[in-house]
Amino acid sequence: MSAPETLPDGLVAVVKKDCPTCVLVDPVLVALERAGVALTVCVQDDPAFSQVHKVVDDTALAWSFHLGVETVPTLIRLVDGQETGRAVGWEKQEWQALSGMPALGNDLPDYRPGCGSRSVEPGIAEQLAVRYGAVKMAARRVEVPPLEDPEELCFDRGWSDGLPVVPPTETRVYRMLQGTSRTPDEVLGLMPPNLVPCTVEKVAINAVMAGCKPEYMPVVLAAVEAALDPAFCLHGLLATTWFSGPMIIVSGPVRQRIGMNWRGNVLGQGNRANATIGRALQLLVRNVGGGRPQEADMSTFGTPAKFGFCFAEDESTPWKTLGESRGFTRAQSSVTLFSADGPLGCVDQKSRAPEGLIRSLAGSLRAVAHVDLANASDAVVVIGPEHGRVFDTAGWSKERTTEALHEALLFQGEDLGMGTDKGATPAAGATGRVAKFREGGLVLVRAGGDAGLFSAIIPGWLMKGSLGTDPVSREVRS
Amino acid sequence: MSTVLLDPTGELSPAQRQPLSKPASLAGLTVGLLDISKARGDVFLDRLEILFQSRGVKTLRFKKPTFTKPAPIPLIQEIAGKVDVVVEALAD
Repeated sequence: MSAPETLPDGLVAVVKKDCPTCVLVDPVLVALERAGVALTVCVQDDPAFSQVHKVVDDTALAWSFHLGVETVPTLIRLVDGQETGRAVGWEKQEWQALSGMPALGNDLPDYRPGCGSRSVEPGIAEQLAVRYGAVKMAARRVEVPPLEDPEELCFDRGWSDGLPVVPPTETRVYRMLQGTSRTPDEVLGLMPPNLVPCTVEKVAINAVMAGCKPEYMPVVLAAVEAALDPAFCLHGLLATTWFSGPMIIVSGPVRQRIGMNWRGNVLGQGNRANATIGRALQLLVRNVGGGRPQEADMSTFGTPAKFGFCFAEDESTPWKTLGESRGFTRAQSSVTLFSADGPLGCVDQKSRAPEGLIRSLAGSLRAVAHVDLANASDAVVVIGPEHGRVFDTAGWSKERTTEALHEALLFQGEDLGMGTDKGATPAAGATGRVAKFREGGLVLVRAGGDAGLFSAIIPGWLMKGSLGTDPVSREVRS
Repeated sequence: MSTVLLDPTGELSPAQRQPLSKPASLAGLTVGLLDISKARGDVFLDRLEILFQSRGVKTLRFKKPTFTKPAPIPLIQEIAGKVDVVVEALAD
């Protein structure tokens, strides 16, 4: 429905029946009309309620929206179509000044506050913004035939990762865009594999489909920026035959602000922010980039983590946070992206000293990719609270623990090499002490539920560093 | 007013759904002949079957219970599992 072309010059009053102050001032409006003042009354709900003759039916809220009315009654003076004055609610002196009638409404109280305009009611404002073109969407509009189910259409078009998506209506996308101050047409980078410009608007559309709330947008945008950094090598990561996909770890105050989980079941299902932020990134890879399984995505097995893998770290421990290790302050929010397969559990319910835990963790870490293979992939080790307490009690910092793990993961080169029919075949030149993980290739973070003497090992893509992927961080901005 | 969705894709392909690409040749493929239960559809399909077979193309016959409703899911699944190409006869 389109708005009327123009309103006549003079006074415009916007009112609704469902507002006692509007009812109170209706006789004032009648008096204005009788005095011959050019007056148009826009009624938001029941046009019949006003006793004024010249009433505009504004139940579609077009004028309320265009005039930016937030409270009713609002009285506006228009001269040559331009606003020259405005009175909000009933303030006798203002109305008298604006109308030029010093005795106007003298029998009414001096002041009565108005009520909320229908045009700013929750859910309505976004619809009006879309309907009256306050936001221009660049994306192609796809009409859903009347008898078709929008969710089924999303499946049919190949927009889904296999789970239902939230149909990206204009209103939902507009609402999602309110979660960021960035403009919809800003390009974040080229999304592989098809190298399509990825705009903030496309991010919002896919975030809607993933089930995100608007307040997650800054985190999703930071994750997309990090993913599109050439150092992350998203193109190779989405295409690899290996298991990995992108994993997002969130640090800083935003974790709490958007209600993320770093406690029980931290790597699992159940938390909306954790589940949908990672999924939004993967839907962008699929939809904007065109990276689909059995096409550009050639993964032999994939992993359930490729539906989306995102969690927050526990920042309540004595250890430096991941954000701090990556160069941010605790007051800053950030995301760090890793390549990641599914988690591998490590149980040690016996060790009460760090040295024992190091032995257990190193033993499990040796199996990453292949027990005889050195320098294969990086790994994130999520230290659970009960394991973490062992290190904390002994006063071991994150740096010391990481160093001890590296130490425990040095092997004789002759014992390492890709497995063959004849056992381990040493890699060329692999003599002396060889490190299982490259320097910086072991990243320790704290998260998880209170009970359980466990930690989680999350290996990544076999191709790393200049040949593949490196972790990439971005600050989360509004 | 119908629902409008915003395209989440890179918009490199047409907005309308595209049909599957057609096989370059029928050699080695099985052709399903689906009678939708409209009058004389079988006559048309009988003739097609002879023509396909004379060219050495294997055919299988299927029939919908009624033309008034979409094919039952088991029938669709059976057809999808047994043939590579389908000719659906619309006749009257």
